[in-house]
Amino acid sequence: MVKERFEDALNKLEKIVSKLEDGEIPLEESLKLFEEGIRLSRLCNQKLEEAEKRVEILMKGKNGVIKPRLFDPSASSGQAPSDESDSEEDE
Amino acid sequence: MRLPLRYILTVSELTREIKDILEMQFADILVEGEISNLKVPPSGHIYFTLKDDLSQIRVVLFKSQARSLRFSPEDGLHVICRGRVSLYEKRGEYQLILEEMEPKGIGALQLAFLQLKERLEKEGFFDASRKRPIPMVPQKIGIVTSPTGAVIRDMLQIIERRFENVHLLLYPVRVQGEGAASEIARGIEYFNEQMEVDVIIVARGGGSLEDLWAFNEEEVARAIFYSQIPILSAVGHETDYTISDFVADLRAPTPSAAAELVVKDKRDVKNTLQFLEVRLGSEVLQTLQEGRTHLSHLNKRLKDPKKRIEEDFLKVDDLFNRFLFLASWIVNTKREKHLHLYEGLFLRNPNQKVKHLRRFISETERRLLQNIKHSIEIWRQRLEGKMGQLDSLSPVSILQRGYSITRKIPSLEILRDSSQVKEGDRVEVRLFRGTLVCGVEKSEKP
Repeated sequence: MVKERFEDALNKLEKIVSKLEDGEIPLEESLKLFEEGIRLSRLCNQKLEEAEKRVEILMKGKNGVIKPRLFDPSASSGQAPSDESDSEEDE
Repeated sequence: MRLPLRYILTVSELTREIKDILEMQFADILVEGEISNLKVPPSGHIYFTLKDDLSQIRVVLFKSQARSLRFSPEDGLHVICRGRVSLYEKRGEYQLILEEMEPKGIGALQLAFLQLKERLEKEGFFDASRKRPIPMVPQKIGIVTSPTGAVIRDMLQIIERRFENVHLLLYPVRVQGEGAASEIARGIEYFNEQMEVDVIIVARGGGSLEDLWAFNEEEVARAIFYSQIPILSAVGHETDYTISDFVADLRAPTPSAAAELVVKDKRDVKNTLQFLEVRLGSEVLQTLQEGRTHLSHLNKRLKDPKKRIEEDFLKVDDLFNRFLFLASWIVNTKREKHLHLYEGLFLRNPNQKVKHLRRFISETERRLLQNIKHSIEIWRQRLEGKMGQLDSLSPVSILQRGYSITRKIPSLEILRDSSQVKEGDRVEVRLFRGTLVCGVEKSEKP
């Protein structure tokens, strides 16, 4: 099943609002549109909060596997994953 | 070496002499000319003729030197060559063996850039039609850049400020020098293999054409082209354009601009959403209210307003009468019941009991009547209340407030829309007191 993307949901919501604002829509249909609009708006809000806050750098461990580690930009050491660094142990 | 006048040289001897002179005299020279007759056989050595208006010379650039050429030699290209003259004894031909070659008037790198750009453009690498949209709210962002320096720091700051909950994955690479292009390409490929991130940013700070060169390499261009995930290219300053900028789905003038393009300000997005929600709600509310008004206007049997009220009065009077009738009937019935009891009692106990019973009956009667009167009173009040409501809803009170009812003559169709009549029609206007007959001078749309 395809996940509904944020921009698609937002576009649909905009379309619904436009439709309601322009047209002579019968009451029953406008209530249905309203329900769908609310669902879409809730979905959008949810997607905004879904993402996790995390900043990671990918590093290659001794066995060659690339793993993410927490990244602090102020610490100036950093190497391409292709460099194996002895001081870092793989967890 | 001075030869005696009559010494006869062999061809080889002569050739040898000439070779020595040439090779010594022209051991390391710079020559400028135009390339023509270019041949690049499978061996990898490059052969061409360097010429100007009056003369030409054969040139060879061996494979080992050819490898370090940044640009592709072409017929017609003006070049400056550095090399030595050599004589090939076997054929008695001299040629120029090159060490280095540079295009004249333009840097080798610049030429290489133009050549690659032209070639990739022909292959469709820059086609606008294949560019994909950047997701509006990416949840995971992949960044291919150096882990040290201001670029990544600035980008992180901007992203954090705009949207605090984003997951960022940094694939650290060298951004210049030997092998940098491979690392960058590898980073893009890695993100494509994992298919974790929603968008990739490829970034590098400002620098010379030489510094930015990795982002002009074909390897990087291909990695970007084949990426399934949309890619933003943010290399150098605003005026720097690299091949990766052309191939990418979107170019950002600087890495900081890339951060701003990829991550919308969360507050703005939320405001947009909220605004839509408000409009959504108010639209439906309005529709509901209109519906209600429409229903109350649907007074199909709107007769003469005065008659309407009279009808209601009649109704109420009728109800009152029925009530009184009911009330007296109840009392009568009850009295009969009590008489029955009374008779029974009388049979058993003559005089004393009669007095009590009489009192009992009149007391009961009194209470019954009181009850009924009370009920009638309640009923009356409720009816009066309803009357009041009817009154305020009735067209009469609306008229009293200054509104008027306009109807078309002769159909007496009630007018709500100016399009129902045209200039010259006649209309009846009912006021609170009296009516007017008017002619339509002009019909205007709202």
